[in-house]
Amino acid sequence: MVEFLEFTLEGLSAGMIYAAIALSLVLIWRGTGVLNYSQGAMAMFTSFIALEVVYATGNYWLAFATALVAGLAIGAALERVVVRQVTGKPPLNAVIVTIGLLIFIEGLAGIMFGANNRSFPPAFSIEGLSIGTVALGITRNDLFTGAAVLLAAGLLAVTFRYSSIGLRLRATAFNAAVARLLGVRVGRMLTLGWALAGLLGALAGMLVSPSTFLSPNSMDTIFVLGFTAAVIGGLESPAGAVAGGLILGVVLSYAGGYLGSEVVNLFGLAALLIVLMLRPTGLFSSAPARRV
Amino acid sequence: MSSALEVRGVFAGYGGVRVLRDVSVSALAGTITAVLGANGAGKTTLLRAIDGSVKPSDGQVRLDGTDLAGRRPEDISRAGVAHVPEGQGVITELTVAENLRLGLLLRRRADRAAALADIYERFGVLAQRRNLSASTLSGGERQMLVIARALATNPKVLLLDEPSLGLAPKIVRDILDLIKQLKDETGLTIVLVEQNARSALAIADTGVVLNLGTVVATAPAGQLAADEALRRHYLGF
Repeated sequence: MVEFLEFTLEGLSAGMIYAAIALSLVLIWRGTGVLNYSQGAMAMFTSFIALEVVYATGNYWLAFATALVAGLAIGAALERVVVRQVTGKPPLNAVIVTIGLLIFIEGLAGIMFGANNRSFPPAFSIEGLSIGTVALGITRNDLFTGAAVLLAAGLLAVTFRYSSIGLRLRATAFNAAVARLLGVRVGRMLTLGWALAGLLGALAGMLVSPSTFLSPNSMDTIFVLGFTAAVIGGLESPAGAVAGGLILGVVLSYAGGYLGSEVVNLFGLAALLIVLMLRPTGLFSSAPARRV
Repeated sequence: MSSALEVRGVFAGYGGVRVLRDVSVSALAGTITAVLGANGAGKTTLLRAIDGSVKPSDGQVRLDGTDLAGRRPEDISRAGVAHVPEGQGVITELTVAENLRLGLLLRRRADRAAALADIYERFGVLAQRRNLSASTLSGGERQMLVIARALATNPKVLLLDEPSLGLAPKIVRDILDLIKQLKDETGLTIVLVEQNARSALAIADTGVVLNLGTVVATAPAGQLAADEALRRHYLGF
């Protein structure tokens, strides 16, 4: 029973990371209709930038803020310089371009920061919390991870639903031609969508890197799991992304806990295949089937 | 009376295909100008050349004297030209109210609530369905929504592309009455593109007939409706 509780809490805290990646994918998908396969690589890159700031200044929170700002800037720059070239072209073009970005960013990180695994500092203590003598299997840092992701998801949902910017972003995603006729500066909205996704990805990178070590391809598995979480959530909804992340986190934690850690990735990929086969629009989406 | 919108000597097309050749149309302030002609005459292209989604290769599009030709669609709509495109103008993924809010964003924040209240008063159906998804509206209600959303932007000139397309005759009459009423009550300048020439001329002040991308006639609406040869030749009634 204690073991079950421990696996559940571990799963929820890992699930929060998948949720953060899923959220950033949902944001770009909803904002621009593109699936960004380089999202994990962007998060890896901003985490390296943060690590350099930690080395240079020893100040974790300065590094944290730098990573988020770098995420915003990299997201915006990639949209302006690269992704803009393929908007309005067949969807496959965007897929190929973002996969190209993934390879490019990982290569660049290898050249700039080296290919070794580097340990990464957590925001808070990673000593296990316990009630009396019962270990809970989670840490203060896990609580921070959960709170940060929930806050980000909540802000995103409220922004989309209630703010003028959110309305413009949604209008751009659903029907850019009509949005233009209503005076929406569509180009800016696309840049903003990528910038916000870059910020979310950077957050995910900061949260996950303490537990995975950091290397140019350390985010690959996390990205696949985040993508799975987004698909489980239906790609459309921020709430679905968080729920998808948590479900996936818990399932994988049970699989790892009861069957052995070597089956975790296998289960992750199996979950993706099963959802795509049985319910390709996701568990929480009411939208009809789509192309990608 | 002065021209609110003046198209002068416009050439425009898609890729290498030139659709409009030396087209000039002027819409007097506070009037309805009906642009008529067969399929492929260039009516929709004319509206697109005005709203910026097609860039004219030559000529001017002047709104209150300022040339808009070559500007981007979002800047032209901000300048006061509202285009209600043919068919799929409703964003069905948004609610009725969200579609309207999107239009209101071009107004100053302080004016938005009053403008929305005006719209709901004029369009009772939309007020009733404000919180429903726009995908649940009927064809006639969608047409009302896109017209209301265009009004929400506080335009100087309203471009309407085939508002009667695909609607039942009774609904068409309602929509055309609404357009006439809008002009009479708000003094809006309206450019109305229609295949349904007879109904359009009935509410228009001026008629412009396009054929194969050039203007073949410009005259007061009553005079065009009375010109039997022209009617038979170009308008099919």
